[in-house]
Amino acid sequence: MAHGPSKGFSRWLLTTNHKDIGTMYLWFSFAMFLLGGSFAMIIRAELFQPGLQLVAPEFFNQMTTMHGLVMVFGAIMPAFVGLANWMLPLMIGAPDMALPRMNNLSFWILPFAFAMLASTLFMEGGAPNFGWTFYAPLSTTYAPPSVTFFIFAVHIMGASSIMGSINIIATVMNLRAPGMTLMKMPLFAWTWLITAFLLVAVMPVLAGAVTMMLMDIHFGTSFFSAAGGGDPVLFQHVFWFFGHPEVYIIILPAFGVISEIIPTFSRKPLFGYASMVYATAAIAFLSFIVWAHHMFTVGIPVTGELYFMWATMLIAIPTAAKVFNWITTMFKGSITFETPMLFSIAFVFLFTIGGFTGLMLAIAPVDFQYHDSYFVVAHFHYTMVAGAIFSMSAAVYYWLPKWTGKMYDETMGKVHFWVSFIGFNLTFFPQHFVGLAGMPRRIPDYALQFADFNMMSSIGAFIYGGSQLLFLYNVVKTIKSGKPATDDKTWEGANGLEWTVPSPAPYHTFSTPPQVK
Amino acid sequence: MYLRAKLLKKLAPGLVPLLGVLSPGVWAAEAQRWQVNMTPGVTEVGQQVYDLHMLIFWICVWTGVGVFGFMLYSMLAYRKSKGHKPSTFHENTVAELAWTIIPAVILIVMAVPASRTLIEIYDTSEADLDVLITGYQWKWKYEYVGQEGEKVSFFSSLRTPREEMANEVAKGEHYLLEVDNPLVLPVDKKVRLLLTANDVIHSWWVPALTVKKDAIPGFINEAWTKPTETGVYRGQCAELCGRDHGFMPVVVNVVEQDEFDSWFAEKQAEVAEFNKVYGETKPLAELVEQGEAVYQRSCAACHGMQGEGGVGLAIAGSPVATGTVEKHLDVVVKGVPGTAMQAFGGQLNDLELAAVVTYQRNAFGNNMGDAVQAIDVKNFKEGN
Repeated sequence: MAHGPSKGFSRWLLTTNHKDIGTMYLWFSFAMFLLGGSFAMIIRAELFQPGLQLVAPEFFNQMTTMHGLVMVFGAIMPAFVGLANWMLPLMIGAPDMALPRMNNLSFWILPFAFAMLASTLFMEGGAPNFGWTFYAPLSTTYAPPSVTFFIFAVHIMGASSIMGSINIIATVMNLRAPGMTLMKMPLFAWTWLITAFLLVAVMPVLAGAVTMMLMDIHFGTSFFSAAGGGDPVLFQHVFWFFGHPEVYIIILPAFGVISEIIPTFSRKPLFGYASMVYATAAIAFLSFIVWAHHMFTVGIPVTGELYFMWATMLIAIPTAAKVFNWITTMFKGSITFETPMLFSIAFVFLFTIGGFTGLMLAIAPVDFQYHDSYFVVAHFHYTMVAGAIFSMSAAVYYWLPKWTGKMYDETMGKVHFWVSFIGFNLTFFPQHFVGLAGMPRRIPDYALQFADFNMMSSIGAFIYGGSQLLFLYNVVKTIKSGKPATDDKTWEGANGLEWTVPSPAPYHTFSTPPQVK
Repeated sequence: MYLRAKLLKKLAPGLVPLLGVLSPGVWAAEAQRWQVNMTPGVTEVGQQVYDLHMLIFWICVWTGVGVFGFMLYSMLAYRKSKGHKPSTFHENTVAELAWTIIPAVILIVMAVPASRTLIEIYDTSEADLDVLITGYQWKWKYEYVGQEGEKVSFFSSLRTPREEMANEVAKGEHYLLEVDNPLVLPVDKKVRLLLTANDVIHSWWVPALTVKKDAIPGFINEAWTKPTETGVYRGQCAELCGRDHGFMPVVVNVVEQDEFDSWFAEKQAEVAEFNKVYGETKPLAELVEQGEAVYQRSCAACHGMQGEGGVGLAIAGSPVATGTVEKHLDVVVKGVPGTAMQAFGGQLNDLELAAVVTYQRNAFGNNMGDAVQAIDVKNFKEGN
């Protein structure tokens, strides 16, 4: 007999089905997105005007810290893991993930990690308040007691990510359908495969960093304490050896999504597939050897500074190649502008702006002025929000019909897009200006000359935040009362194995592997 | 005609402030309000950095115009609604090579001047004046080193009153960017800045002087600046350093050399005046009274108003406050590494240290009866 899902809560608790687990990851990450977003709303409300209005500086620092941690580790990363769970087996013709029980475990430890992290808000001394980059000794000697819970939470998140990545590597390497060679894989599979290797390489480094912190705090070591012969700068080296690959861990799967969607709506195959694969690999490699460009002002020797500047500039080459490939895919196509395509085009446009500012930040002598200013905040939100989050929105609209068997409301999708697009740019574009004019990041109050742009930024943030509720409404409405998407192939220009199974995708797919020519 | 006049009448009250904007004085304030770009500042290096910034900015803009222009053209010209049939090409080695090589060449164009400026910024040799800058939570300490005569050093803290932050009174022009004691530097002199920190990492940033350098406990970083114009230049701590990170501004007052010299001589005279205290023996009651004020300002937040403890240990009946003077001084002057107990040796002067130690030994039920003098603190610090 065909195995269907069991009933009730045990279906979700005990499931080893990649679609169920993918769904849980996606809902979990959306919940975290709203939580991290509400922290951002508090930040922007406080910064709406100069003066201390709503929250105390201590609490403001907790908000910036928790916003970063929840968004990076709770919203963006699990969202892409959820997407990988749902789509990779469907894209490569596999019946499920290679390690289904571990898959269940890697999801179910996450809610505990974030419950623990969020609970620090109610602890004596408050939540972590040292920024998501938690530089020592602010995060060790001078940290609130809740830092220990933060460290444990990071360990659990790391374990979850490592298990998730091992699973992805095992799946992609072993479960491809007959005939699907590596160079025939959809680009999303490629970018995730490379991302998974990055994760396996750097999550243990993060674990090492927080373990050294734990030792410093509770067991009398002095890894990061100058008074005991340790080195506060060592912390930054270790952190950014994890942290820089981490930003590509976040963006590479987004590249994969965009590389699926643009060809579909251009009705033309992806331009330069092989060069896209090589560019992804090149970016991944470079990500390991550029970490100290986050530390240009800590006083590394001039030779080191020059090396990290040049190496960082090199990243522009493979990244530019990707942008050119996407645009050339659109060139001479037959383009339509459904919601996923709108988000993808906005991704290319805004991510490229983030890339330009990234190149500016790479120039060490000028970075001395940009560093730790709002210019940096603007830069990384162009890559994280307009990059990762826009591509997630695109992915949800693109595959929602396959997941639910229902079609979303196109008009509402477009409204969500335009409100997001305007809100996002209103929030983050003026931050370039205040950063260049001299406003440092992570401050709860600011000098009067920054007031107007900050007010703009806050208004934009409320608009962008509100548009995500519209997104939630769209998705729920689609699930509840969307028109049935009867076609297996929702989009005229779509290619790939996921469009050969019915909509909604049955609980078990590709029990017999398809033949790929 | 009539209609237009009527309209103008209606709009006139709105136009007046608009015209006001065009007058020069208001315009300067408006320009600062809407400042969108980096300042070239008042140093030669600053001009170079600004030029680099603009070079890269324009390269990015023109690349953007080209790339986004091509994208927009493709979006408009190859819409399905125009009935365009898709081509099927998906590879072109020449194009791939071109968009690898061209960006590489552009990068080299940027890297050459950037490297040159960087090397210049790193040349901290042959300075005319050395200033040691120490970051504290949440203030700066400036110390003029290598000068003859009395050592000049002082703390520089935010001057903006709490009522302004709490929106109880109108905010002043330099809200959050004003300090009690600004750093004073001579114009047209190469000043070497030596940076370190007492507790956590801070970062000393003054955009107009084109300096941002981290102040890290246990390290001494070097930077330099050579302002070519007198004036007051303002900046802030750039590295998150705890609760009041947003409230530790930097203000630098650049003055003519002779003005600097007379200011410096005056400072040295103040120090010489203070040094007389080392010859005095103050009575217990005076020290206790003075120590109480210091205690409330510097200790009470952690150790409690009545010495009952809190974040820090209780002072009342504490083995340190009722033990030897030497051990007591050791804790207060050097702090306790690995805890929140800071080293106050550099934050309070020797008289204040003597007073607060005396107070702690003779208050909250502690009754040691000994008076610690400024000279005792000095001797302790010098290891006598």
